[in-house]
Amino acid sequence: MTPGRLRWLCRRGMLELDAWLSGYLDTRYPAASPRLQADFAALLAQDDMSLYDWLTGEGVPPESFRAVVAAIRTYRIPS
Amino acid sequence: MIPKRTFDAVIIGGGGAGLRAALQLAEANLKVALISKVFPTRSHTVSAQGGITAALANVSDDNWHWHMYDTVKGSDYLGDQDAIEFMCRNAASAVYELEHMGLPFSRLDNGKIYQRPFGGQSQNYGGEQAIRTCAAADRTGHALLHTLYQRNIAARTQFFDEFFALDLMRDEEGVITGVTALEIETGQPWLFEARATLLATGGACRIFRHSTNAHINTGDGLGMVLRAGLPLEDMEFWQFHPTGIPEVGSLISEGVRGEGGFLVNKEGEKFMSRYAPNAKDLASRDVVARSIAQEIRAGRGCGPHGDYVHLKIEHLGAEMIKARLPGIRELSMQFAGADPITDPIPVTPTAHYMMGGIPSNMHGQVVAPVRTGPEEATPGLYAVGECACVSVHGANRLGGNSLLDLVVFGRAAGMHMIEYLRENPIPRPMPQEQVDKSLARLARWDKKAGSETVAGLRAAMQKIMQDHCGVYRTEALLKEGLELLDQVEARLPDAALSDHSRMFNTARLEALELENLMPIARATLVSALARSESRGAHTREDHPKRDDDHWLRHTLYFRAGDQLDYKPVRLKPLTVETFQPKERTY
Repeated sequence: MTPGRLRWLCRRGMLELDAWLSGYLDTRYPAASPRLQADFAALLAQDDMSLYDWLTGEGVPPESFRAVVAAIRTYRIPS
Repeated sequence: MIPKRTFDAVIIGGGGAGLRAALQLAEANLKVALISKVFPTRSHTVSAQGGITAALANVSDDNWHWHMYDTVKGSDYLGDQDAIEFMCRNAASAVYELEHMGLPFSRLDNGKIYQRPFGGQSQNYGGEQAIRTCAAADRTGHALLHTLYQRNIAARTQFFDEFFALDLMRDEEGVITGVTALEIETGQPWLFEARATLLATGGACRIFRHSTNAHINTGDGLGMVLRAGLPLEDMEFWQFHPTGIPEVGSLISEGVRGEGGFLVNKEGEKFMSRYAPNAKDLASRDVVARSIAQEIRAGRGCGPHGDYVHLKIEHLGAEMIKARLPGIRELSMQFAGADPITDPIPVTPTAHYMMGGIPSNMHGQVVAPVRTGPEEATPGLYAVGECACVSVHGANRLGGNSLLDLVVFGRAAGMHMIEYLRENPIPRPMPQEQVDKSLARLARWDKKAGSETVAGLRAAMQKIMQDHCGVYRTEALLKEGLELLDQVEARLPDAALSDHSRMFNTARLEALELENLMPIARATLVSALARSESRGAHTREDHPKRDDDHWLRHTLYFRAGDQLDYKPVRLKPLTVETFQPKERTY
């Protein structure tokens, strides 16, 4: 997936997801393992409410997304 | 050669309003294209979690007249009472229709649709709290989007996902004949020819630095309307939520203060007791937002730039915070870097909803003054949802009315478009000079050299709007804001992109979005400067009272020469008596 496509897929219907996903893409994604990068691309195909639940910890993601969700959750927006 | 596709109708925007209108047309076997810059179920409608208001009377005694009264009063009497009656009368049938489509509403024990209380809802014209907002758990917007999307697929609406609409094509007689659009994946411009075009592009809160809106909310339809020479209505009215996390904008709900949280300034003072001695931190949204803004203006804000205050909940204790406010704690840690068990949450007034927009009537037709008529329909053009100003929200929107607005007027617009298409069966050619102009606007961003960046100009515009046209407004402040915006706008021609690739060039998209945002910011400043009264969400410190003698009217802003015009509020409902303006107290 091209960087431009990934970036556009981080545009979501919820502000928090915009911040989380594009924040991860800008900071951690470039140095992430190929496996994690592939998982991130697959994660972007999921619907907004599922992503929100997983990233806020209100829901448990399926096994295949646990690693990438955990990686995004450890990222903190600098204050 | 630029690809051209011809449809009966083209819908711009894949949120609740666009999907509802498209469904009406597709089910009438019309050929419908829906253009959306993101995949439709990722539209901002998903963020409307609370619910959809309709007087079903499943929990409390209720009827649509009371809902209508609350909406008129909530609008601070600027809402058009015919449109408000239309919306409230059709609310129950709109909700039952969604239920029959399969929207999974939460249920009461007796099996009826679950309803919850929201602010500003009353029984018997200002009496006891009404329980009126229908909910599918805390994901009503999400459920609405998915339900409508599936139905559109079944009805064979043709989706053009990841297409960015550029310009309305308006011929010499003023008829809209379609749009130009950019295919994001390839960078290819397209022509979409249609006898009817509907704008459902959502709000534009991204003109502000602090906004609860998703990044897609850049007012693209409003920019298109201004470029086509049509006006925008009531652009001075923006709803601010008092407690958003600075920069990111993530909303910290009233529930935190309801649980005992309180606000302090940099001196540690619980300042709300000065502004609202009784209600203190539980005063209404607009009062709390104005109080925070006053503290910041007075230099008592926290942080390196003094541009926020602190919301403290440490005193509630770790156990209670973990049990009652886990989501808020997560958002605070994530987006403010503060664990509220030990640290205060930084918060600031944050733009939340645009009450103004593209002037339209209750059939979704875009209306503008033509000769002596103040509200003449623009042939072939419709607008629905947050981008439109019907006006049902007037100077202030009530929670739960935005989703209702989408479905009631999405359906009404679809029905009117069916009639219009029947009466206007012959397609009209797209004016070539307008196509050329639109393509030239796009090609302008191929320029290689430039001293300014899109991100830099956007940030400058957002800061001006936040500082000069936010919750705290005075004539001097607005004037200064307009001068500063002039300077930023003058720098726009010097902006250039560093990436000129075709495929998924997000830098170019952000540039096109900025070209939509900038004139909306201007419309807001000019409209706010002229309105020398305080009404609903528009508060002028130098004109603190509502002034019905002079200002019970709608603002119309035209881009050419920053011209303003006004039109009367439609005070006469369709079948009931007028709700006469009176002081709005809760």
